[in-house]
Amino acid sequence: MMRGLWKLTWIEIKIFLREPLGAFGTIGFPVLVFLVLGRIAGRRLAPPPLAASSFILVSLPVLASVLIAVSAVLSLVTIISIYREGGILKRLRATPLRPQTILTAHVIVKLILTAATLALMVLAGKRYYPVDVHAPLFSFTLALLISTWSILSIGFLIASIVPTARFAQPIGAIILYPMIAVSGLFVRVDSLPPVLHAVARVLPLTYAVPLLQGIWNGDAWSTHVGDVAALAVLFAVCTALSARVFRWE
Amino acid sequence: MRPVIQVSGVRKTYGKTVAVDEVSFEVNEGEIFGLIGPNGAGKTTTMECIEGLRTPDQGTISVLGLDPFRHVYKLQDRIGVQLQQAQLQKRIKVWEALDLWALLYQKKAIDGEHLLEQLGLADKRGAWFMNLSGGQKQRLFIALALINDPEVVFLDELTTGLDPQSRRAIWDLVRGIRARGKTVFLTTHLMEEAERLCDRVAIIEHGRIIDIDRPERLVDRHCPERTVVLATDDPIAEDRFRAVPGVEAVILTDLRFTIRGRGDDLVTEVIRCLSENRIRVTDFRTILPNLEDVFLKLTGHSIRE
Repeated sequence: MMRGLWKLTWIEIKIFLREPLGAFGTIGFPVLVFLVLGRIAGRRLAPPPLAASSFILVSLPVLASVLIAVSAVLSLVTIISIYREGGILKRLRATPLRPQTILTAHVIVKLILTAATLALMVLAGKRYYPVDVHAPLFSFTLALLISTWSILSIGFLIASIVPTARFAQPIGAIILYPMIAVSGLFVRVDSLPPVLHAVARVLPLTYAVPLLQGIWNGDAWSTHVGDVAALAVLFAVCTALSARVFRWE
Repeated sequence: MRPVIQVSGVRKTYGKTVAVDEVSFEVNEGEIFGLIGPNGAGKTTTMECIEGLRTPDQGTISVLGLDPFRHVYKLQDRIGVQLQQAQLQKRIKVWEALDLWALLYQKKAIDGEHLLEQLGLADKRGAWFMNLSGGQKQRLFIALALINDPEVVFLDELTTGLDPQSRRAIWDLVRGIRARGKTVFLTTHLMEEAERLCDRVAIIEHGRIIDIDRPERLVDRHCPERTVVLATDDPIAEDRFRAVPGVEAVILTDLRFTIRGRGDDLVTEVIRCLSENRIRVTDFRTILPNLEDVFLKLTGHSIRE
């Protein structure tokens, strides 16, 4: 059924690492943003007043994590559309390889890269952030993987509709980045205008952000059952939708 | 001979465009069968329906006793496919692609390294796909189509864009596939390729099959004309040539005769006439019709147009 999955996953990781710009965009860039923002905020506001310290201690790691997830999704959208346009998907399809296996391999690659980026960020952050971080890293990584997985399903939908690889990156960015704005990271979702509020309620980031913030702050998983369930439902809906509209060539 | 591919009444439309209509034919075990016609005639659509990549709107297809639509994975396990205009990941290495493909099939794959050697790719095994030349990419795709030791091999326009030397090398490869008892189904718009390679060909135009047979029989059936061109200054020659059996026209321009007639025996008869009458010739050529002429005759236009 999933014959070839691990081999394909391994090959795709190697291919990804051979592409210097892709590796930088997905791993290097979020880490860099995290460090630069952290240093600016840290220097200006030292010793940090309460509000600023809460930004550094909670929102910044969450923002950086969300950036990791979004860039992973963008890179998936781009890869799928390049593979489709170049006939690579079609060539893979003309083997006993199943479509699910191809997509699953790419999702696993993105999740592994997400975890790797997060690990790098924690290592780099330790050096530049003098503040003690008591965040539960294992739970946080898990929460981020669940969030990425769910946002990836929106990526599938975008990958299914973008006409050519050239548009994949900009269209993906136009759809994904505003999602961060209404996700509750900067403005509370309750205080958004009704229309945006309604939109925010069906976007995975709206559930990913409180989940990530909560777990970072040391909440128990039981307090975020609702968020995880919402992410799972959104994943199921988007995956089902994209399975219907997905084009292989 | 056992038919391994049976196509009957297949029709496929894209919107209002009819790509393939009422297409029926059989491909026998162990033969090289060619579907020939100009670009846009429906060759690739027909082939992709047989491979299970497209679903025909009407008609039935059976490959190795399987329905390509319902048993697509079972079928793809037993066939090898080379697609027109396919690509691989830019930075995948040659050996990685073979390694991946070898794992995808139920059946034990054949030795990839040996295959690379046979295809002249051994020194490129560590190269990225994007750095291969057109001919090398094509040979890699042939290797991928053969890695599972398939019973039927599908080759879509396999030498398009290649230089004559690589083309000949690939023809030899295809003959080698047949020599191992495999069936080959190919499409081409190159008449020379079809004539040199195929045991049987089907001529397709505007989505319909016009005729199917061995290349030489198609030529005999549709273009029985033979032409001999020779040069002589013998004054009795013209009358003698007109008396040769089968000759229909004798044209003289600048001491050069063009003799037209019908039938396989025409050339022999002209030679006999020359020797019996001791006519001295300074030049002798025969012009025989080929598939190109058959296509022109059947469709009223050249395949290149």
